[in-house]
Amino acid sequence: MFVRGLKRKCFDGEEDIEGTLAGIKAIPSYNLQRQSLLDMSLVKLQLCHMLVEPNLCRSVLIANTVRQIQEEMTQDGTWQMINTQSTGQASLDRLVSTDILCRSSREQAEGKHVPGFSTFNKDFEGDQAQDSSETMSTASSVQAPRNLQSNVWEMENPQENKGNFQKSLDQIFETLENKSPNSVEDLFSEVDNSYYDLDTMLTGMMSNTKMGHCDGLETFSSPTTTTSNSNCKSDLNELDHIVEILVES
Amino acid sequence: ADIISTVEFNYSGDLLATGDKGGRVVIFQREQENKSRPHSRGEYNVYSTFQSHEPEFDYLKSLEIEEKINKIRWLPQQNAAHFLLSTNDKTIKLWKISERDKRAEGYNLKDEDGRLRDPFTITALRVPILKPMDLMVEASPRRIFANAHTYHINSISVNSDHETYLSADDLRINLWHLEITDRSFNIVDIKPANMEELTEVITAAEFHPHHCNVLVYSSSKGTIRLCDMRSAALCDRHSKFFEEPEDPSSRSFFSEIISSISDVKFSHSGRYMMTRDYLSVKVWDLNMENRPVETYQVHEYLRSKLCSLYENDCIFDKFECCWNGSDSAIMTGSYNNFFRMFDRNTRRDVTLEASRESSKPRAILKPRKVCTGGKRKKDEISVDSLDFNKKILHTAWHPMENIIAVAATNNLYIFQDKIN
Repeated sequence: MFVRGLKRKCFDGEEDIEGTLAGIKAIPSYNLQRQSLLDMSLVKLQLCHMLVEPNLCRSVLIANTVRQIQEEMTQDGTWQMINTQSTGQASLDRLVSTDILCRSSREQAEGKHVPGFSTFNKDFEGDQAQDSSETMSTASSVQAPRNLQSNVWEMENPQENKGNFQKSLDQIFETLENKSPNSVEDLFSEVDNSYYDLDTMLTGMMSNTKMGHCDGLETFSSPTTTTSNSNCKSDLNELDHIVEILVES
Repeated sequence: ADIISTVEFNYSGDLLATGDKGGRVVIFQREQENKSRPHSRGEYNVYSTFQSHEPEFDYLKSLEIEEKINKIRWLPQQNAAHFLLSTNDKTIKLWKISERDKRAEGYNLKDEDGRLRDPFTITALRVPILKPMDLMVEASPRRIFANAHTYHINSISVNSDHETYLSADDLRINLWHLEITDRSFNIVDIKPANMEELTEVITAAEFHPHHCNVLVYSSSKGTIRLCDMRSAALCDRHSKFFEEPEDPSSRSFFSEIISSISDVKFSHSGRYMMTRDYLSVKVWDLNMENRPVETYQVHEYLRSKLCSLYENDCIFDKFECCWNGSDSAIMTGSYNNFFRMFDRNTRRDVTLEASRESSKPRAILKPRKVCTGGKRKKDEISVDSLDFNKKILHTAWHPMENIIAVAATNNLYIFQDKIN
């Protein structure tokens, strides 16, 4: 959901956020919505690590959702996504029924700008940029979405990506069972203030039950830049390393 | 007042027990008919309050065990005292609630204050006599059933033999004898050898109201399994498997989550059972496994909001459901302090609200309506205005009369049929 260091590109190549939002006319593509859902689910899974005792039913349901998305993405990933718009439309209908209808269809047609969220994103990215020097396991919650997003665009080695992802998911899941106090304490002992900001923001996001907040998903509508092969692989290795720290026992 | 986490009438309906997040149990008793106060018939007043569970700490896992009462189940009354089972995530307790309205006076060995008398000062013996006193209701823990669950207990159910009961957690169901606390039998175990393969958990379980060998349990995948304890010691193989085939046109990433069953209840007759999933209530005939006989939509207008509800975790809310005494009506809760009642015979349904503003004592509740789109009529409320923090998860229906108890966060509402 909150992606670190994400370069935004509008359809016409502008890089500032306001321009991006103003440029959106259509409903975000199915792939991006699916990606957002995946990001959200991963954050939920990892956040429930931090809670006292995670609700097993909820964790299982979220993990199943993640697996579903991942399976679908793997299937899609083996085919070239030549035209995201056209292929998106058919499967978009499927997701539209569960899409956030926070904005009325009229608003969507006008491509309504959501000022509150864009400034929020900017502040967050500013915050995170300062912490780029930190090498901590806490970064995994923001690292994971970025790496997985690059997975979508990574045509080569989909199986490896899937394997790594599956491994990460299993590791996350195993900790629900073998929750060792040390790893949790270590996690918090290394935490710096910026992490708490992330946590507060995320929990603030989670606990807000008003519908309007889901606009956030719509603001993350621009595609990521395709990272090079080597970057992707090193990112994945970093992800594994980070997840290993989380599950260390 | 703390958030109410469970509500349950006893077998006669004279007592209503509530459990809360702070581990307390509050029991209400129905006022007897009184000619001098005709309006007070049917009123429930506090009868007893006690602390059932305390917060604990699991030193092995370094985790807190919440004291929140997950379920209360009454035992059928066998003598003057009342018994109930209350459970938190890990421990079940059997409580005895008894009345004391007499006290003994004239002890030999101690005086009226309770202080021991010096034996040398006792010169005569007397027989203590019973004197009336103000009614005192005492609750005492008679049994503590602990250390049998690795995962969080979600259900307890007293068997029709009145001797045994089951307790279910996310992965296992245990059978207990009410008299024996140091042993329980595991009858269902769905824990996979490798936890990484876990995809399904147990969400609720209940014994059949008449057949003491039959139990059902529901899962997070929307299935119900009926087990017969006579077939094997370990009921891993079900006798019946209830599942409705999925409608492929409404499939989405949230299909599984909203199909997860949050509650399962047998009808009083024992012929049907009812399941609650996120958006609907389904009535199943025990003789038909492939689909429910009735489906009632609770809040279909939420179907287009599932992504938001997933984000704010509301999609994981566990709503309960209940039958009325004659099995002709069912009730379940929703958001915005709304609750819904469905008449199975007339197929009529009503949405009511449990809130201070909308209900003065003895005023008739006004039916509510949620506007799903387009023009909002007067008195209707739009979907986006619903308060998702005000959820009614726990409701109970009197076993014989039309009296219902509705828990709205930390308030308990009791409604009854209009008396002419």
